[in-house]
Amino acid sequence: MAIIETRALRKRYPAPPMRRRPGARPSGGTAPSEVVALDGLDLTVGAGECFGILGPNGAGKTTTIGILTTRVRASGGRATVAGFDVSTQDVEVRRRIGVVPQRPNPDRSLNVLENLVFHGTYFGVSRHESDRRAMALLDRLGIADKADAKTDDLSGGQAQRLMIARALLHEPDVIFLDEPTVGLDPQARHQLWELLQGLHRDGRTIVMTTHYMEEADRLCDRLAIIDRGTLLACDTPAGLKAKAPGATLIDLTLDGPAEDAATRGRTVAGIVRTDVTGNDLRAYSDRGGEPIPALIRAAEESGRVVQNINLQKPSLETLFISLTGRKLEA
Amino acid sequence: MTPSPTLSPSDVFVAMMARDVRVMRRELPFFLLRTLMQPLLLMLVFGFLLPKMGNIPQAYVGTLFPGVLALSIALSSIQSVALPMSVSFSVSKEIEDRLLAPIPTRLVALELVVMGTLQGLVTALVVFPLGKLIIGTIPGLALADFAELGAVMLLSAAAFSAIGLFLGCAVAPQHIGLLFSFVVGPMIFFGCAYYPWRGLDVVPVMKYAVLLNPLVYVSEGMRGALTPGVPHMPLLVVTAALLVMLGIFWRIGLNAFMKRAVG
Repeated sequence: MAIIETRALRKRYPAPPMRRRPGARPSGGTAPSEVVALDGLDLTVGAGECFGILGPNGAGKTTTIGILTTRVRASGGRATVAGFDVSTQDVEVRRRIGVVPQRPNPDRSLNVLENLVFHGTYFGVSRHESDRRAMALLDRLGIADKADAKTDDLSGGQAQRLMIARALLHEPDVIFLDEPTVGLDPQARHQLWELLQGLHRDGRTIVMTTHYMEEADRLCDRLAIIDRGTLLACDTPAGLKAKAPGATLIDLTLDGPAEDAATRGRTVAGIVRTDVTGNDLRAYSDRGGEPIPALIRAAEESGRVVQNINLQKPSLETLFISLTGRKLEA
Repeated sequence: MTPSPTLSPSDVFVAMMARDVRVMRRELPFFLLRTLMQPLLLMLVFGFLLPKMGNIPQAYVGTLFPGVLALSIALSSIQSVALPMSVSFSVSKEIEDRLLAPIPTRLVALELVVMGTLQGLVTALVVFPLGKLIIGTIPGLALADFAELGAVMLLSAAAFSAIGLFLGCAVAPQHIGLLFSFVVGPMIFFGCAYYPWRGLDVVPVMKYAVLLNPLVYVSEGMRGALTPGVPHMPLLVVTAALLVMLGIFWRIGLNAFMKRAVG
């Protein structure tokens, strides 16, 4: 059963030159003062799914979350959460969602426990029940000892946990997390992953944005890869990896322009495609690293010297590069 | 879990008020320090010292006292709404927890204005007895009509909270200092807080120009309610003007708020 659906979702922002976002492109000639953040996005998320939205900075991830959480008004198309339209039934949508922001935004006038208890009362949970749930959540998230702490005294990871506890306190149907692990150290990031896996096992629907491949691969049942506001691919992580052209990426850096080497490289057995960027030659291989010696010979025959070789196993990253021509993690 | 079907926007509104009252009670000493210093110093110098030195006639105190009360209400209401809102929208993003609560977004703005009004009234209730204590006898003070006094104070606090809503949404935190120098400063000095509006008969251009200043109606209304012997605008004019100011600033403040709240 679908719990989230978007159809032909569009968002245009007015773009004064200073605020123009990197990666967003001006809308096609009609109004140069606008940038298109979403350009007809169709997504369907099933109940109980952990759904990842993957894309580089400026791809439209945060805008998508913003629209689904009623904080950004769509310029066109339609989006529903739990059957309610995000623009006309925003209050009903908000009752059913919990949101973990990109940057923690606790109520700094309240301590940790109060942050949760008052949040609960905003959702009609009684003080007593809010208090009980808050302590249980703090305990589960390993910050029970911080209940009386000021929010300013929390570390980045602890503040992020508080945000998760807050998003869960009113027991929402869907939890949205916008780049939840940006700025966390590796240990805090792994703890957060375990936590999210636990929530997923509990049967909650989780929608998260990320630009970390590993995170998406480990946590999500399905992934939508978006760039420049459009959906490039949507499948399970395994399904997406299977779609990567060739299987392995071989990157060669030459001592001069790589066009000639690329033409020769295309004839090497096992190479299905080559891309050139300046001195860089990228070859898609369906025989792993086997064609590397032949590629080096091809480069040398074109009068170039190979300065560096890098081999990437088939991954979401290689798929992403083949779809967009650029790397995900900036 | 299916949310409780009985939850109404007014429940959420009350829950937000409860949070604000909790924080206000906790921060009362700082709140009072922030809002009381200026009016109390004004009363000490212009209401006590200068008349005692003989530099200012004692009768002037009857003009000054309601004016300083007006000023206290106006500044406290503006600050209570504008300062936290400007920071919350731009820096801390604290307001997002409220914007994601199951309540129509315009009611979030209304709640902030109601709290600002409450804080303006609390300030007036503290400044009044303290000011009287500092000044001593206030010539012409007649606390006859509490309904009139209450209505003027309430409308004034509400109008200035709405102004705070607008300024808080329209001004970036780094420009708040400028706002107070270039907008609030002139508003205070041309707001008839230190002289009655009738006194401006001597400069007719200014007399009519200051009518755009909302503080004028608060000062004049407080004089009408507290020291009716001092020349002042009729209550009807004051009430109507404050209602218009409240209406205008609520409308443009709400527009600015909605623009910030829903991108």
